Amino acid sequence: MRAILLLLASLAAAPAQETILIRNAYIHPVVGEELPSGSVLIQGGKIAGVGVKLAAPKGATVIDAKGLHLYPGLINSATNIGLSEIGAVRETSDTNELGDFNPQLRALIAVNPESEHIAVTRANGITSVVTLPQGGIISGQGAMIHLDGWTWEEMSVKGDVVVRLNFPVIAASSGEFFNSRATAYGEAKKRYDEELEKLRLFFEDARRYEKAKSAGGAGFQTDPKLEAMLPVLAGRRPVLVVARRERTILDAIAFARRERVKIILAEVREPGKALAEIVKDKIPVILGETHTLPAEEDAAYDSQYTLPAELHKAGVKFAFGSFDNQFARNVPYQAAAAVAFGLPKEVALKALTVHAAEIWGLGGQLGSIQEGKVADLILTDGDPLETKTQVRSLFIQGKQVSLDSKHTKLYEKYSRRPQ
Amino acid sequence: MKTLWQVGGVLALAACALPGADLVIQNAKILTVTKGRLEGSIRISNGKIAEVGEKLMIPGGATVVDAAGKYVIPGIIDCHSHIAADSINEGSVSVSSMVGIEDVLNPEDIDIYRALAGGVTTVNVLHGSANAIGGKCSVIKTRWGKDVKGLLFEGAKPGIKFALGENPKRRGSTPSFGATTLRYPATRMGVEDVIRQAFTDARRYQADWKAFEARTAKGETAIPPRRDLKLDPLVEILEDKRFIHAHCYRADEILMLLRLADEFGFKIRTLQHVLEGYKVANEIAKHGAGASTFSDWWSYKVEAFDAIPYNAALMHKRGVLVSLNSDSAELMRHLNLEAAKVMKYGGLTEEEALAMVTINPAKQLAIDSRVGSIEVGKDADLVIYDQHPLSNYSKVEKVFVDGVMYFSREEDEKARMKLELRKKALEEKQKKPAAAPGRRPA
Repeated sequence: MRAILLLLASLAAAPAQETILIRNAYIHPVVGEELPSGSVLIQGGKIAGVGVKLAAPKGATVIDAKGLHLYPGLINSATNIGLSEIGAVRETSDTNELGDFNPQLRALIAVNPESEHIAVTRANGITSVVTLPQGGIISGQGAMIHLDGWTWEEMSVKGDVVVRLNFPVIAASSGEFFNSRATAYGEAKKRYDEELEKLRLFFEDARRYEKAKSAGGAGFQTDPKLEAMLPVLAGRRPVLVVARRERTILDAIAFARRERVKIILAEVREPGKALAEIVKDKIPVILGETHTLPAEEDAAYDSQYTLPAELHKAGVKFAFGSFDNQFARNVPYQAAAAVAFGLPKEVALKALTVHAAEIWGLGGQLGSIQEGKVADLILTDGDPLETKTQVRSLFIQGKQVSLDSKHTKLYEKYSRRPQ
Repeated sequence: MKTLWQVGGVLALAACALPGADLVIQNAKILTVTKGRLEGSIRISNGKIAEVGEKLMIPGGATVVDAAGKYVIPGIIDCHSHIAADSINEGSVSVSSMVGIEDVLNPEDIDIYRALAGGVTTVNVLHGSANAIGGKCSVIKTRWGKDVKGLLFEGAKPGIKFALGENPKRRGSTPSFGATTLRYPATRMGVEDVIRQAFTDARRYQADWKAFEARTAKGETAIPPRRDLKLDPLVEILEDKRFIHAHCYRADEILMLLRLADEFGFKIRTLQHVLEGYKVANEIAKHGAGASTFSDWWSYKVEAFDAIPYNAALMHKRGVLVSLNSDSAELMRHLNLEAAKVMKYGGLTEEEALAMVTINPAKQLAIDSRVGSIEVGKDADLVIYDQHPLSNYSKVEKVFVDGVMYFSREEDEKARMKLELRKKALEEKQKKPAAAPGRRPA
């Protein structure tokens, strides 16, 4: 039964069946040796072969990529793509639901395949993104989506990849910088304590529900909210915990230990002494934009620039996310900015590809040019982490996808306006 | 805050160790922006660029900075920023030309130092965009450690902020800050009306003064017109003594302002943001307005939904003088990387890209005889990068303003270690029991 379901799922996710041979490309597989001139064969939406010289099967489309570089498609590990169109217009945003605890909400089913952000983002070499809800304390489930497809079902790589938790913070005016509100400390602390207690109780409810369900009593009734917590409690679905500063991160890690849940930390900014705990528990991290101001006036001017290198040195595995849509296409440059301040170049590229895939539990499918993986590929005229580099062709699930967007269309239209 | 302020002071002092002596930056890859590129040296004398060449004689007593393998560009100029200002918006009225940023400049704002560390040496500090006619603005240099007077760019022509579109009309539909009343205007039509009314008043006020001056010139006794602090700056605009920097987004409102200015006989110096400028680039070029835009911001509000990253290149190709600005204390720290985007989107050259954050904003602010390129006679505002400044892997190593080293990554790293030690010492001190009452600290 399970096998049949998996088969059905893979059929739904693989619309492209064209056979394509890309040859004479400089191949950067990310995992394994680079091939200065090699071929990649794409069949059934998957990478069917990688080698110095591969023969073109009958009927294959052959792409000569002489002088170009082939990389795996890049991954942006935190966006709201498909959920939010214009930041300031409430009607175009489906990210924030009412209520504090909504683990049952699924980002995937609200992804608008016509969002202009999809084409704009992928034109810069990003083939898949995690799209996230963001309201309340537990916001809902994020999805890994391909930036191509007629429906959200076709776009889905993995529907319910993570449950987002905005860890409570003491949001006083002198407290968490990124949530600064003019609240007195006492009031903010009270609110924080209340939120922590609510969070604890919610998990307790979920555990009771789990027990009741497995006991199989006659009066048992399904509760979608608590049902959505079962994969989390079983350790099958990680929790993406947004925690920026030392205290919040320490709180979050203590919470994860107590509740015995798997977590991924998001938007870590000033880990301080919490870094040792992150390392101890081998917690992966989704970093926000490298180009960010330090929260404190007396922090080093480059404290956010050097953060990725510090995490790497400590042995933390991380990926990059834009945490918005407007600059989702620039996520490769955020990785490059970290290289300027000490991160090894190959780690920056891995954070955008194979490390991201592994963190999201998709290491077997995405993130490198290896036989059997999904054929998400980009052909560029140089290093994709450099701004001046152009993406020349892009493949998602083995299908060549257009690089046109609202932006190129307006550019072409107004280039034609008589002088 | 104070500690860092002192650190800045120390840096400036260190660089001034030999007053009057020349400084030579040698073995550098020099991107002059206006005179091509060369490998060689720059000699700085009395805060000015004295010589640029492949081989220069090093005068006795000169300080030598070796920049082998490194790049030097002119200091970056940001034509739209709000750093160093303690308040931004006098948003209670639709015309706030009586207020000015100079009165609220804060030389201790840490963002000045951070901007400096990102290679920025000149900043146009603007009033906000809450009203159709905003407040006066100030051009400063990032001379970290100096007081307000020391920050101001001597002789820079004064400016004023205008704003069109969603921001100035917002309070016509949404009361803010607990206010219960709405503020006119609520539409783009109303924004035009506010500006037209203000200049109608300014013309009458100007005529009253002219009549008064004519009468006194003839030796007649006359009563001077009542001084109007709101209209004075507008008269300066009519008399070409003050620049307009106009925040705008949509093509229609841009065209409206150009036509209104044509009608009243004044010029728009720069259109700020101007995200739909590419749609009316012909008209902007014809009017002679500069465009100071974002590289790739879009979709954050409705009037930014047709914004495209090709905007700068498209306007440039149609003859508009274009600069790239930040409007953000963070973004201004890497405007060199913003410049690289016009190469990607629109295929401009390296030199055209760098010009958009150096000589072009200098021209827009009419300070290009002083700054914006590496040329003999100009202010020695220079940035040394470890790699090509249009590469995402580059970082700033040293920054000179008027020939004085105001930022050095090396010195910064040393200073932060000292700061750590001082913090630790203070923590230790706090742990010890308090001194006996009445005893004075040593």
